[in-house]
Amino acid sequence: MEATKRHFFSDMGAMLGRSMRHITRSMDTIITVTIIPIAMMLLFVYVFGGAIQAGTDNYVNYLLPGIMLMAIASGTAYTAFRLFLDMQRGIFERFHSMPIERSTVLWGHVLTSLVSNTISVVVILLVALIMGFRSSAGVLSWLTVAGILALFTLALTWIAVIPGLTAKSVDGASAFSYPLLFLPFISSAFVPTESMPPIVRAFAENQPVTSIVEAIRALLSSQPVGNNLWIALVWCLGIHLVAYVFAMWIYRHKAA
Amino acid sequence: MQNKAIQVKGLQKSYKKLHVLKGVYFEVEKGSIFALLGSNGAGKTTIIKILTTLLKQDSGVTTVNGFDVTSKPDNVRQSISLTGQFAAVDEILTGRENLIMIAKLRHLTNPRQIADNLLKRFGLIDAADRRVSTYSGGMRRRLDLAMSLVGKPQLIFLDEPTTGLDPEARIEVWKIVKELADNGTTVFLTTQYLEEAEQLADRIAILHEGRIIANGTLAELKKLFPPVKVEYIEKQPTLEEIFLAIIGKEEEK
Ligand SMILES: Nc1ncnc2c1ncn2[C@@H]1O[C@H](COP(=O)(O)OP(=O)(O)OP(=O)(O)O)[C@@H](O)[C@H]1O
Ligand SMILES: [Mg+2]
Repeated sequence: MEATKRHFFSDMGAMLGRSMRHITRSMDTIITVTIIPIAMMLLFVYVFGGAIQAGTDNYVNYLLPGIMLMAIASGTAYTAFRLFLDMQRGIFERFHSMPIERSTVLWGHVLTSLVSNTISVVVILLVALIMGFRSSAGVLSWLTVAGILALFTLALTWIAVIPGLTAKSVDGASAFSYPLLFLPFISSAFVPTESMPPIVRAFAENQPVTSIVEAIRALLSSQPVGNNLWIALVWCLGIHLVAYVFAMWIYRHKAA
Repeated sequence: MQNKAIQVKGLQKSYKKLHVLKGVYFEVEKGSIFALLGSNGAGKTTIIKILTTLLKQDSGVTTVNGFDVTSKPDNVRQSISLTGQFAAVDEILTGRENLIMIAKLRHLTNPRQIADNLLKRFGLIDAADRRVSTYSGGMRRRLDLAMSLVGKPQLIFLDEPTTGLDPEARIEVWKIVKELADNGTTVFLTTQYLEEAEQLADRIAILHEGRIIANGTLAELKKLFPPVKVEYIEKQPTLEEIFLAIIGKEEEK
């Protein structure tokens, strides 16, 4: 154990080097991941926007947080996909028969997810700017937003690890993200929850996406964030913790 | 001094209800080439996975380079290397990057130099900076083997190293295996090709229905074969005939 522990960071470095090449060589996945959220943004702003009473004069500002979460949700499906391929192709077995710190094999994928989702979010941010998104937020608020998005990405990525390790087919590996893609619709991401029927509204107001979206929206428009920030953080950390423990448990069992 | 690279005593393994290994016994001398023969589904890969710490055994005592695989897996991993049945290469990386990655994971000091030498040795220099996804099956297998040689492990496991290769590529792999053994590396290989075992192995073991039913040098195995009726031409039994004869005898029991 001693000998392998000391190598955690160098093993991590090698795994990250591998992952980074995977990202830079598959830039098309960034396009696939961002295209639907961008299309949604265009649709909602230029087609439905006029009919939606969001209570703001800049609907792009209102929409952006939800769109970013959607992009992250579809981006993490690629983690499940990549992990599944690694399991299939036997490169895991090679790694596992070597004297390396085993958890770095998973962490490599998780950090890849963080980097590629950051790129996706930046792309979406740029498109939003062109569409008229404006923010008065200061550096601290932006950093807080980045922190929330990073935590959200990590939480979803650890969820993605679970099907990635256990799926029997490629489709099975990424299917988990479909319900996640719909969560923003039943939240305050596109329209205020006040307009929803009572049961839907109760769900919308108490699911994680709403608090995360509201927290980010408030931060970006320099409004008081209130409790939403803490609720959002608790959701992200809670999901992260549960998914991490579960994913690691599966990983240990799979890797004997 | 420990002169056994592998010792397996009473090894058992089941997948749910399927009892694959029913008490396997064998030893492998350091510096030798040991071939494990068996038909599809005999359990060859299962034995390799247990020896390389990828799979837990149900019972038995298994030591690799003197270390127990169950209680000292980290020590075992320090001195072995695995080339699995299916090429374990990263398709998105280039051949060179694959080798450098393994050298880094083995914490070697000069990954670039090591990669260069192996690329030369395996005739992959021209393809070194191309993505592995563009490689042919034979090139992929050679890269796979090269990756296993990074860091000069004392004991190398090759699971059906020549399956799917054309005859030329197969002879190429045989040459590499012989070179390894000449340099003192222990080689444990599995194969379905009897000719391969005949060509390479110092000792051959036959795995059948969960047990090793024969284990010896080629000459010893030939003695097990019932004497051939010689009529006009003298004919030596091939390993194929020996194999079928032994399996036949087992089934009669
Ligand atoms: N993970 C698993 N779960 C259930 N059964 C398995 C598993 N792995 C292997 N088996 C079964 O165990 C038996 C032995 O498999 P193994 O892969 O060790 O055979 P093998 O000798 O390597 O065969 P081959 O020559 O086809 O590679 C087979 O019947 C196989 O179906
Ligand atoms: Mg096999």
